[in-house]
Amino acid sequence: MIRLEEVTKRYRSAAGERVALDAVSLTVAKGQVFGVVGRSGAGKSTLIRTINRLETPDAGKVFVGDREITALKPADLRAARRRIGMIFQHFNLLNARTIAQNVAFPLRLEGRPDAEIARRTAELLDQLGLSEHANKFPAQLSGGQKQRVGIARALACGPEVLLCDEATSALDPETTDEILSLLDGLNRDLGLTIVLITHQMEVVRRVCDRVAVLKDGRVVEEGATADVFLHPQSPVTRAMLAEGEGGETHDASAVPAGGRLARLTFRGAATYEPELSRVARATGVDYSILSGRISRIRGEPYGQMVVAFTSGEADAAIAQLTAHGVMVEAV
Amino acid sequence: MDLFANVDWPEIARATRDTLFMLFGSMALTVVFGIPLGVLLYLSGKGRLAANPVLNGVLSLVVNILRSVPFIILLIVMLPVTVVLVGTSLGVAGAIPPLVVGAAPFYARLVETALREVDKGVVEATQAMGGSTFQIVTRALLPEAMPGIIAGATVTAIALVSYTAMAGVVGAGGLGDLAIRFGYQRFQTDVMVVTVVLLLVLVQILQMIGDRLVARVSHR
Repeated sequence: MIRLEEVTKRYRSAAGERVALDAVSLTVAKGQVFGVVGRSGAGKSTLIRTINRLETPDAGKVFVGDREITALKPADLRAARRRIGMIFQHFNLLNARTIAQNVAFPLRLEGRPDAEIARRTAELLDQLGLSEHANKFPAQLSGGQKQRVGIARALACGPEVLLCDEATSALDPETTDEILSLLDGLNRDLGLTIVLITHQMEVVRRVCDRVAVLKDGRVVEEGATADVFLHPQSPVTRAMLAEGEGGETHDASAVPAGGRLARLTFRGAATYEPELSRVARATGVDYSILSGRISRIRGEPYGQMVVAFTSGEADAAIAQLTAHGVMVEAV
Repeated sequence: MDLFANVDWPEIARATRDTLFMLFGSMALTVVFGIPLGVLLYLSGKGRLAANPVLNGVLSLVVNILRSVPFIILLIVMLPVTVVLVGTSLGVAGAIPPLVVGAAPFYARLVETALREVDKGVVEATQAMGGSTFQIVTRALLPEAMPGIIAGATVTAIALVSYTAMAGVVGAGGLGDLAIRFGYQRFQTDVMVVTVVLLLVLVQILQMIGDRLVARVSHR
């Protein structure tokens, strides 16, 4: 659905040249929720803006559907942008217009007939639970409500793709949750392809199928969300996970003498199976749990813990765990 | 004793009418020229939608030159141009071209400032929705900047009131002209008081209308 090929963007200033994107290549499949994470200044914002060419790359190509966005003439680019919805961190609503007028705005820009605009606007307001606010102005709404208006506006022209630029970063945790559920629902019900950029790992964990980690304008890691979260490869990913989720940090001084450390990862239904105690009984090992977490990644349950085998046949236990589908890594 | 012995009321009424004609005539044209000029100044600015350093430099220079010439000098310099434009340099009609040339660049700067106050995100969102530059200006920027544009018009209209008083120098008539010729040059203090009070009332009314309009279009 979306393909970036060797996209490079440089910014020139008096202080010199800065590379915001360094030959970035990415593919987002139709119907996928794709997350791009990174610290501020990593190039996330620039990356998402190349998809609808709010930023024009210095080199490389961007495709959305079968259209090469980077090769379009201005009028064709405007037509293509109507099929690419976008929502923003600060909502970017028009303060001088009512909620209904904001939602109708892209349809007006496109010059659709009045009757159609009225019908479509009412439909969207209803769908997003905004009908009672139709005649209010943005200043009268809360952050979560404003983002709903932003989403309704982005959906007005029936886009194939939704770009979310830090869409939940200005919201409190509860409202973030509500907006994420909404995006998740749009993805499932409408098959909408979503690209979101965020610095919040929690957002990726909740809604993204795939994730790319950006550092200094390069993709340092990319993969299915569960793989990247459970087995992070790059130092940036590890650091961001540790900060965002409390991470897996065990106290080294608490490791029992002679203990053998292993990280166990359970995924899917196996998460809730009493695998560890079964294996312990069968092999006679003793273990202590040093850290652990049981949660969900995009709805899929997982458990991950660091254990120390303190006595007995650790090798046999590890072999049996592996045979039962538990991933075991030496720490 | 008659407190207003020297006041010729029909003359005051005529002068008031002349001032109002000069004010509204020149204000209408100031808006007509000032808004597009302000939009061009904004759009051609650095980092804006139609960034063009050459155009921006030229417009900015012209605006600054016109704004730095004292209005009394502009009135005299404009005389030949005014004759060409409206056929006379006298009366209400003769006053309007210099008033517009004096006020439009001033108003254009206020419009430019009001446009700069509009959140860049709104422009970006409209672009992302497939809006053309013309649509971005007419549907997003101008409506969003409307409170500032109206407040700027109020300031400009009040500045024009004092410009119309000066226009008396080139035979434009009006309240200011009366104040100078009778109140000042003939020491008729009563005429001076009446004209100044009328100008004050005019300024008050303009400010009040402006404030009400700003409140009506402001939804922050």
